[in-house]
Amino acid sequence: MAATLTGANPRSRLATWFHGSRAPEKGPITLGHRRVYIMPTRVGMMFAATLLIMLVGSINYVLSLGFMLTFLLAGMAIAGMIHTVRNLARLVIATGRAEPVFAGEAAQFRLFLENQAPWMRPAVMVRHEASMAQTVSDVPAAGIADVVLPVPATRRGWLGLGRVRLETRFPLGLFRAWSYIQPDYRCLVYPRPEKGPLPPSSPDSSFGSRQATTQGTDDFSSLRTYQPADSPRHVAWKAVARSEDMLTKQFSGDASAELWLDWAHMPAGLEAEARLSRVAGWVLAAETGGLRYGLRLPGIEIPPAQGDAHRTACLTALALYEG
Amino acid sequence: MAATLPLPHPLAPEQRAVTGRDLGWLCGCLIFVMAPHAVRIPWWLTLLAICLFSWRTYLALTQRRLPSSWLLMGVAVLGITAIGIEYRTLFGRASGIALLMMLSGLKLLEMRSHRDATMVVFLCYFLVLTNFLFTQSIPTALIMCGALVAITGALVSFSAPQRAPAANLRTAGLLLLHAIPIAAVLFVLFPRVQGPLWGMPQDAYSGITGLSDTMSPGTLSQLSISDAIAFRALFKGSSPPPRQLYWRGPVLWDFDGLTWRTGPRRLRAPDEVTGGEAKYDYTIVLEPHNRNWLFALETAASLPPNAWLSSDGQVMSYNEIRNRMRYEMTSIAGGRRVDTETPGSLARAKLLPTGFNPRAVALGQSWRRSIADDEALMNHAITWLRDQRFIYTLLPPALGRDSVDEFLFDTKRGFCEHFSSAFVFLMRAAGVPARVVTGYQGGDFNPLDGYITVRQAEAHAWAEVFVAQRGWVRVDPTAVSMPGRVDSGMANSVPFGDPVPYLMRLDSAWLKSLRYNWEALSNQWNLWVLGYNTERQREFLNRIGFTDADWRQLATLLICAVGTIMIGLLLWSLKRLVRPDPVQRLWLAFCRKLAAAGLPRAPHEGPRDFTERAALRFPATSAAILQVGERYIELRYGTSRTDDSMAKLTRTVRDFRPA
Repeated sequence: MAATLTGANPRSRLATWFHGSRAPEKGPITLGHRRVYIMPTRVGMMFAATLLIMLVGSINYVLSLGFMLTFLLAGMAIAGMIHTVRNLARLVIATGRAEPVFAGEAAQFRLFLENQAPWMRPAVMVRHEASMAQTVSDVPAAGIADVVLPVPATRRGWLGLGRVRLETRFPLGLFRAWSYIQPDYRCLVYPRPEKGPLPPSSPDSSFGSRQATTQGTDDFSSLRTYQPADSPRHVAWKAVARSEDMLTKQFSGDASAELWLDWAHMPAGLEAEARLSRVAGWVLAAETGGLRYGLRLPGIEIPPAQGDAHRTACLTALALYEG
Repeated sequence: MAATLPLPHPLAPEQRAVTGRDLGWLCGCLIFVMAPHAVRIPWWLTLLAICLFSWRTYLALTQRRLPSSWLLMGVAVLGITAIGIEYRTLFGRASGIALLMMLSGLKLLEMRSHRDATMVVFLCYFLVLTNFLFTQSIPTALIMCGALVAITGALVSFSAPQRAPAANLRTAGLLLLHAIPIAAVLFVLFPRVQGPLWGMPQDAYSGITGLSDTMSPGTLSQLSISDAIAFRALFKGSSPPPRQLYWRGPVLWDFDGLTWRTGPRRLRAPDEVTGGEAKYDYTIVLEPHNRNWLFALETAASLPPNAWLSSDGQVMSYNEIRNRMRYEMTSIAGGRRVDTETPGSLARAKLLPTGFNPRAVALGQSWRRSIADDEALMNHAITWLRDQRFIYTLLPPALGRDSVDEFLFDTKRGFCEHFSSAFVFLMRAAGVPARVVTGYQGGDFNPLDGYITVRQAEAHAWAEVFVAQRGWVRVDPTAVSMPGRVDSGMANSVPFGDPVPYLMRLDSAWLKSLRYNWEALSNQWNLWVLGYNTERQREFLNRIGFTDADWRQLATLLICAVGTIMIGLLLWSLKRLVRPDPVQRLWLAFCRKLAAAGLPRAPHEGPRDFTERAALRFPATSAAILQVGERYIELRYGTSRTDDSMAKLTRTVRDFRPA
């Protein structure tokens, strides 16, 4: 998780040095005005140069209204600066629920930006510093905008959100105000599932296999990946036409078929992560196949069952397995 | 991983493409600020600007590619050459504006992203400023305020492209309103430098009207029709009667038969003025006229700073009056200085061109033969003039080479120029030193603010005759012939049907009061807004207790004031951020009570979900909880609200105890 705290880009590293690395904050975060920073943009610099030219022109031609115009625009820039701070200050950021994802997918971090002010806060950018995932949204007056940051999940386990930058240039674009938050917000990442055949049925119970498997031909239950031994009559040709993979129709004669997905049921030389990936693939395939399956990892055993909750429990165990 | 590749910043202006809406808006702003210039620039330039605008609009509508920069460069070079030929310079005021107008059209044609569009917005702001080079009146200021809101609206829409234009305009208006206190402080306290900083372009002061330093029959006639204001005067105490309102300007000595010209002006000490009827202290706000004359009531007894008194009694400034100027004067009506004229200058005041106006010369010489005393001769001439029954008109017949003869003996119709010219000619023919004095006579008293407004139409010419022991004596031949011209104004002295300045004819009461109101307002505007300069700033600072403030003190004061306003604005904004509306406040108080009892509301939880959850958790008070939820939803999102539901919600929330 520490890897996500310090971003890969140097700017983010500088920001870490400048703002200090805070521990993730729990609960909704209110952006106090003290943590909103503000700097003129390049456009702002050009505006200042324009005002300078206008001032010199007003002095040279003794234009009272020229002075008035220049000063009014200067005042507008200053008021705009305060409006820019105001567009960010006192925004309350709460976290939603991040549904678990598989490694290789993007974790969808949902943030709620709550605006208690009686006016809209347009064009607030939310950016995930490490991955640069970013989105711009308008927060309605006295309302909530929800923002989803798709952060690539590369490794199984808990993925912390890390530092998030909020930025706005509204209303004039002459200044940009920004702030960093680091909510206590994480997403569970399951191991990347390896596509592969389910472990073959074997009477040896210690080897982990189907017990009383009757892969019948009566009731169609689901599709699974084609294996060279499958009968061509069971290939789901319609599904093949739709997708790239060869799929085999599975028919089960007995709903109470049980399968043990066992860590040990793999070649000895395989690394731990590869084993976890393969087991994850089995879990998906077994669930799709409508089988009752159990999970056996070193030190962990989940008795055979079926259904979403069971699948989640198995995948969670795989995600958090520490070998 | 991908994190090392920086994605384009979604808020950066160079990342956002210009939409059709942006383009339309910007074109509108540009036309708004350039339209007043259209009458001042050559027609082909207006046409060029229209062509460039239409070209860009056409490209946007048909979604075609913008022209290449080589093509635009070619158009620019052609345009600059044409402007150079038209104005013979590229650095004047008018040619500068012409260049800006052409470049704004070209900039539109290479405008792709919001970054370019922002540059166009800045150009618009600058074009607003160029309008003030020509007029700084109240209507111009109001129109340009409207332009500012529109231009700022464009800038806001670049930062919030999804919002409705009306909302962006509202934000722009709000920003400009918030800018007013800072602008006012900067306007008053920003250290003023008296311009210009460098040499002004040749054409900077063209078109400023005023008196001329020459007089030949016909020129003042044109001036008389102008309603333009020459200056305004405010008297401390009572104003002088109209017959004393002689505002002295250039004195004309030399006559070549056609034109009167000023003589050499020597500096004289402003020594004491003796005698006189009444002393007047007054302030004059002089409109710029590009000459170094200051106008003062006769006889000036004091000098404004940076001014000198000429030997022929005119108050002169060391610099040309190119900006509205305000100065204090003291004058003594009827007072005089000891006039010690040298024989040389007295001889100059008797010179006549040879071969002109033989009849007038003969008349003057015949008077001299019968009257020896200069003063008696002068009085005789006045009587003669009165008896001749001249007609005062602003449309005199054209006069030939012997203009004085023709006026005196043939046409007998003319205005002040003819009268004064003829009178001085007669005096000189009789050998009495005399000279023509030009200036203004009269003025329009505004009962609202007490100012006397003197217009170009009140330009006048009279005569002065040198009498031994008395010095120069004023004679107004026009007043002698037509007493009404001086006492009741020009409109009543000209024959019915003659053209007179429009404003001088108004007799409807409400129109007059409207005019007085408007003039009083624009006078205040001129004094306090347009006339605010280094001196007025010092005056103002003295009044608020900063005597002899230097620029450092001024800067400190300025920074403190602007800082205070900024902090005030910031605090006010932040306070409004945390103060939700009353319904929301009650709801938050309710949520706080539940949170204290161990049931915080999840951020994504709506009022209905939350109250239902709370009702399950605290069954004892579930009725009250559900009631609060319903009332809150009704008040906040409902369309039908009853008056007492707010009171009920207040009571329920106040009395609510979770368990």
